[in-house]
Amino acid sequence: MTVTGLSAKAPAAPPAARRLTLNWQVALLGVLALLVMMSLARVVTGANDITSGGTIGAAIGLAVPIGLAALGGLWSERSGVVNIGLEGMMILGTWCGAWGALTFGTPWAGVIAGTIGGALGGLLHAVATVTFGVDHIISGVAITLLGQGVTQYLSKLVFVGMKGGGETQSPRIPPIETVSVPGIGTPLRDLANTHVFLLSDLAGVLYGVTQNVSLFVILAILLVPLSFYLLWRTAFGLRLRSCGESPVAAESLGVNVYLYKYLAVVVSGALAGLGGAFLSIVAAGIYREGQTGGRGFIGLAAMIFGNWRPGGLAGGALLFGYTDALQLRQGGTSVHALLLVVAMLLAAFAVYQLVRQQRGRAALFTGIFAVLVFAVFATTDTVPEQFTSFTPHLTTLLVLSLASQRLRMPATDGLPYRKGQAT
Amino acid sequence: MSSSFTDRLLGRVRLGGVLALAAPVLAVVFAGVVTSIILLLNGNQPFQTLGLLLDFSATPSIQVLILNTATTYYISALAVAIGFRMNLFNIGVDGQYRLAVLVAAAVGGAVTLPGPLHVGVIMLVAVLVGGLWASIAAVLKTARGVSEVISTIMLNAIATGFGAWLLTPGRLAVLNGNNVGTKPIGPSGHFPGIALVSGTQAKVFGMIIVAAVLGVAYHVVLNRTRFGFDLRATGRSETAAVASGINVKKMVLYTMILSGAVAGLVGLPQLLGASYSYSLDFPAGLGFTGIAIALMGRNNPIGIAVGALLWSFLDNSNDILDFNGIPKEIVIIMQGTIVLSVIIAYELVHRYRAVAEQRRVSRQLSTAAPTEPQGAAV
Repeated sequence: MTVTGLSAKAPAAPPAARRLTLNWQVALLGVLALLVMMSLARVVTGANDITSGGTIGAAIGLAVPIGLAALGGLWSERSGVVNIGLEGMMILGTWCGAWGALTFGTPWAGVIAGTIGGALGGLLHAVATVTFGVDHIISGVAITLLGQGVTQYLSKLVFVGMKGGGETQSPRIPPIETVSVPGIGTPLRDLANTHVFLLSDLAGVLYGVTQNVSLFVILAILLVPLSFYLLWRTAFGLRLRSCGESPVAAESLGVNVYLYKYLAVVVSGALAGLGGAFLSIVAAGIYREGQTGGRGFIGLAAMIFGNWRPGGLAGGALLFGYTDALQLRQGGTSVHALLLVVAMLLAAFAVYQLVRQQRGRAALFTGIFAVLVFAVFATTDTVPEQFTSFTPHLTTLLVLSLASQRLRMPATDGLPYRKGQAT
Repeated sequence: MSSSFTDRLLGRVRLGGVLALAAPVLAVVFAGVVTSIILLLNGNQPFQTLGLLLDFSATPSIQVLILNTATTYYISALAVAIGFRMNLFNIGVDGQYRLAVLVAAAVGGAVTLPGPLHVGVIMLVAVLVGGLWASIAAVLKTARGVSEVISTIMLNAIATGFGAWLLTPGRLAVLNGNNVGTKPIGPSGHFPGIALVSGTQAKVFGMIIVAAVLGVAYHVVLNRTRFGFDLRATGRSETAAVASGINVKKMVLYTMILSGAVAGLVGLPQLLGASYSYSLDFPAGLGFTGIAIALMGRNNPIGIAVGALLWSFLDNSNDILDFNGIPKEIVIIMQGTIVLSVIIAYELVHRYRAVAEQRRVSRQLSTAAPTEPQGAAV
């Protein structure tokens, strides 16, 4: 038989660098390995707060607004509209959330008001970017400016007259109910306080996840799978995503691209507004000017880190929420202990690169970096408090610089689209 | 012929004649209408409010203040505009100038040199630090593909923390009474002011001349040099730039560093003309104002100057509103609305012009060739 060149060559092709496929076993193993490392770091440094129930609880609380903003970014960018105005929509959400809760006397009214406030910001972004074809980043920057101005103006009009309110803050907001899994709170806390290797850490994490969880947090967490279902498992989601990948193709198949983009951006604003409402109603219990502190932008980074996928962005949000929580609880010691975890992670990554991927040079660089981080850890006792304040931001930067090459954003993300432009 | 939105926005497509004026007029009118509606909803008279602002800004001391603030805004907007011309969004001007002015103030306070040299050293340090801080974002973009929008925002937060760490006694700061700040710069390091406005003791910052020179240099470098051509070409079409032999990565690096270097100067009018030392109450957030003004002025040096003056006028004359029971924050809404409506107005005017052009061409065709069968032109 004659052999074609193709079939003769095919088996000789060397296997490409193996990539880790992510299934739930691997994910579980990864989480466990991380917990072991953190436990090790805790025992070595005595920074008990890095796995305490309080820190984990705080981390979840801080991850929620970032995660909601990231989810907002996901909706918008999947339809092809870059939404850097998330920050502004979040600001609107913080103010409207506080206002709604105070006016109607129930925090849930604030949740709805915050959502509407954010959605209005989203609508403005949609009008500017979809209808008028304005550059997405520029419109987003303008909306952030506008959000700051509108809320400052409204605070002066509304909150100044109230008891306990002022030009830059609102009176206290009625709190949202929290729930706990009954019966396991005290034993878990006792176990966590014994500071045994691994066991206490597990107890601390479980305590943080199951005790005193705000209903708002549960709502926010549910929105992640809901978004996944809507965007990836329904015809509606397929059409919406097709607007972000190829609006011209979508149009030729009869999809009303403008309508889908409008919907996506308004939902995006609503989610960011919800995140803002969380900040004022649950996290602080009060509206304060500048409360968002750039969380809209961090949310956007979490979404990029998560490769424009709901699961990934939730992971990113948790990472940033955790580093944010850490700096608030014994910042210097905890962040110092975190350095050891980072050094171990980098070392593990270097080994992975060397053994599994056979990329010697890359492994060498990662290894050198790991040694450097370890050297910083070993030569210092604590991290100055001014440095801990930007831990989440530095983490964002490092994670993006390590991860961003493998990411793939929606094909026409950020590009202007006009109806009938294909003809 | 079609042009992309960015081309129009960044002023690379010129609108001719009356239409060139139509866009800014439309924008200001629209912003005025929105602001008036908001004012009327709260029972304030729009024209009375505007009158109050104008009256107050007529006082000589306020005029000096407007010019001084506008100087700072102008430099900040120029720094942002350099990046914009290449589709590079330097949101990090804020962190760049704060870190630069802090280190420059510390160096200026530590040395004593003859007059102009002292000022020169301070400026050089500020430029270097600003450029260096911007280069982090530039390297991350070229080497690792990190979006400069995200990285510069994160670097702003890091600059805040790093600045606070540097500004502690024993590092770059000294204790002046209750205030922690850098050691005050000696008289040789002051930039002399100019008595431009009569009727007041206050002087206009001498740095206004530096700002004007920067504006001219911006125009010349971008429009009259090879570097400027490469920069604009990369901004218009990266693929075309690559095809014509431009090293895009190198351009990103240079442009970002240049933008950061100019950003380093943003804090100097205030430092060398009024405060002479950097402390925690030094003006912050000037970088974000710069973004808005660069957008408003459409990256044109004259447009930016007009924008900076308008912005500064609104910022400095709004104190009078509080005395009359009008929340002065209305001014911030006005600024946000102006930026958004300027962008949209240019887009609208451009679309109008495109449609008018099409009509004119089709009219000419139909009169020139009336015998042509219908549908042939389609």
